Amino acid sequence: MITLEGINRIFQVGDQQVHALDDISLTIQPGEYLSLMGPSGSGKSTLLNILGLLDKPTSGRYLLEGREVTSLSDDEQASVRGEKIGFVFQFFHLVPRMSAFENVELPLVLAGMAPSVRRERVHVILEQLGLMDRAHHRPDQLSGGQRQRIAIARATIMKPSLLLADEPTGNLDSRSGTDVVEVLEQLNAGGITLVVVTHDGQVGKRAGRRLRMVDGAIVKDERG
Amino acid sequence: MRLGDTGKFAAQSLIRARGRTLLMLLAMSIGVSAVVILTGLGEGARRFVTGEFASLGTNLVIVIPGRSETTGGAAALMAGETPRDLTVDDYLALSRNPLVSLAAPVMVGAAGAARGRLEREISVVGTTSEFLKIRHLSMDRGKFLPGGDPSRAVNVCVIGEKIKQELFGKEQALGEWLRLGDRRFRVIGVLATGGRSIGVDIQELVVIPVASAQALFNSPGLFRILVEARSRDVMPRLQDQIRRTIAERHQGEEDVTVVTQDAVLATFDNILRALTFTVGGIGAISLAVAGILIMNIMLVAVSQRTREIGLLKAVGATRGQVTMLFLSEAVLLASLGGLLGLLLGYLGTTAIHGVYPDMDSQAPLWAVLAAIGVSSLTGLVFGIVPARRAAALEPVEALNG
Repeated sequence: MITLEGINRIFQVGDQQVHALDDISLTIQPGEYLSLMGPSGSGKSTLLNILGLLDKPTSGRYLLEGREVTSLSDDEQASVRGEKIGFVFQFFHLVPRMSAFENVELPLVLAGMAPSVRRERVHVILEQLGLMDRAHHRPDQLSGGQRQRIAIARATIMKPSLLLADEPTGNLDSRSGTDVVEVLEQLNAGGITLVVVTHDGQVGKRAGRRLRMVDGAIVKDERG
Repeated sequence: MRLGDTGKFAAQSLIRARGRTLLMLLAMSIGVSAVVILTGLGEGARRFVTGEFASLGTNLVIVIPGRSETTGGAAALMAGETPRDLTVDDYLALSRNPLVSLAAPVMVGAAGAARGRLEREISVVGTTSEFLKIRHLSMDRGKFLPGGDPSRAVNVCVIGEKIKQELFGKEQALGEWLRLGDRRFRVIGVLATGGRSIGVDIQELVVIPVASAQALFNSPGLFRILVEARSRDVMPRLQDQIRRTIAERHQGEEDVTVVTQDAVLATFDNILRALTFTVGGIGAISLAVAGILIMNIMLVAVSQRTREIGLLKAVGATRGQVTMLFLSEAVLLASLGGLLGLLLGYLGTTAIHGVYPDMDSQAPLWAVLAAIGVSSLTGLVFGIVPARRAAALEPVEALNG
């Protein structure tokens, strides 16, 4: 379970303060499928980054599975990111010099897992996503949809409980976009908590719970 | 993270970012090899010249006729005014001094040398048997001048290798006659090649007894007296005694210049050390240029690497892991660049040694260490500092470059 209490995020831009998140409080149940929508600059990506421990709130409390995570040290946050959270980016953020296989393997390498175990797990997940024949291609030899699926494989290889996707279809044509959304939904069906930030109403309305943000505040919270 | 994986990650990022790695290696190896080659050249020149002097013997005191007010060796060597000749008797007086281990008179002149129809102008040295030892020469064939009374004119000569080739060709020279001026000399020895001496090529020399030279050139005056001291410690005392002995024999006139090999050597050594430093300075500039190149490549790579660091942090890398990864990469790069530079540098100095065998152009250790130190340090600092800064950012900031 995820609980946000009174989260504020203030950016200093020149001598102006920008209130990107304004006193957000939110509870997300395990296994929920959430979409976050809103105009540009509404703070939806900032909220997602804070959920993913990629950014720190200026004030407020964040409890992940009952544990206060905002006050953790850098290294503790790194291990939470590694073990419990998977992140999918709009621009994939694959390491260009590494093959698809090596990109997916990266979190396991950082966690110090033995090579034989790593190979096994990467094979399983690439098999599931139908990417076995692309394992030794570099990102620049893959299509956008394939790249995003590799990125999803990397985000879920550590079996996290929370999967965060920031505009996962933003850089894809509609067919591969649908593909990617279906992959994410399958993972959600398997029990993972899924939060998707999107501009695309078609993608957003598929979620079980739909949040709408304007000017750093949640203005609508629909279910069903 | 496992050690092997860290190494693999570093090696992979060097291999797959081929262009950048090659540029870095090029910059580093040029910097290092420039310093190695340039300082090697300077060092080689210094050793060549000091070697030339050392081959004359470091305990050597040279007595030159004529008084010179300057203290430097070069001016005295060139001064030609001679109020009173140095004679063979002066030489005998000096050689009786207990501080002297060896002494040799030297007369120098040019004479026409002829054998059959072959004839050429030749430098002739008139001296005694001690000359061989004092000048550290050795014989190829036959014997050097015989000892005994230096005032006896014996018509024998010892010739240099080149003279032997030119006048005798492949024929036997020992025991043959050689005409010098209007006299005939029997060849009793051939000097070995390799003996070096400032200003005189041993290979083109004919050595005859000093008394024969006096007769040949029709002059009693010596060109030099070479005196070898028993040890370096007694040299100042010996110099004083030489001046006094000569003054006594020359009616109280101290009309000789006494030069030690050391003084000349020290002057040259200083000049050449300055040369090495100058050349080292040029090397340092090339190293600085290489350093700036390394810095530039690294800084250009930073924004790309910053995104990568953001990603690494997003998938669970700690700050320590990120630093470790980039440190290993920089260490790998720096050591490769340093090694490559050393290799190039030694190839360069070996090539120079091949072209000029007399130049023993080995770079001094301090220059090699400084070169490697500076290039690895720039590589390390500009590899790690941006990486550490990026690792300290919030992951989202790093991801946005």
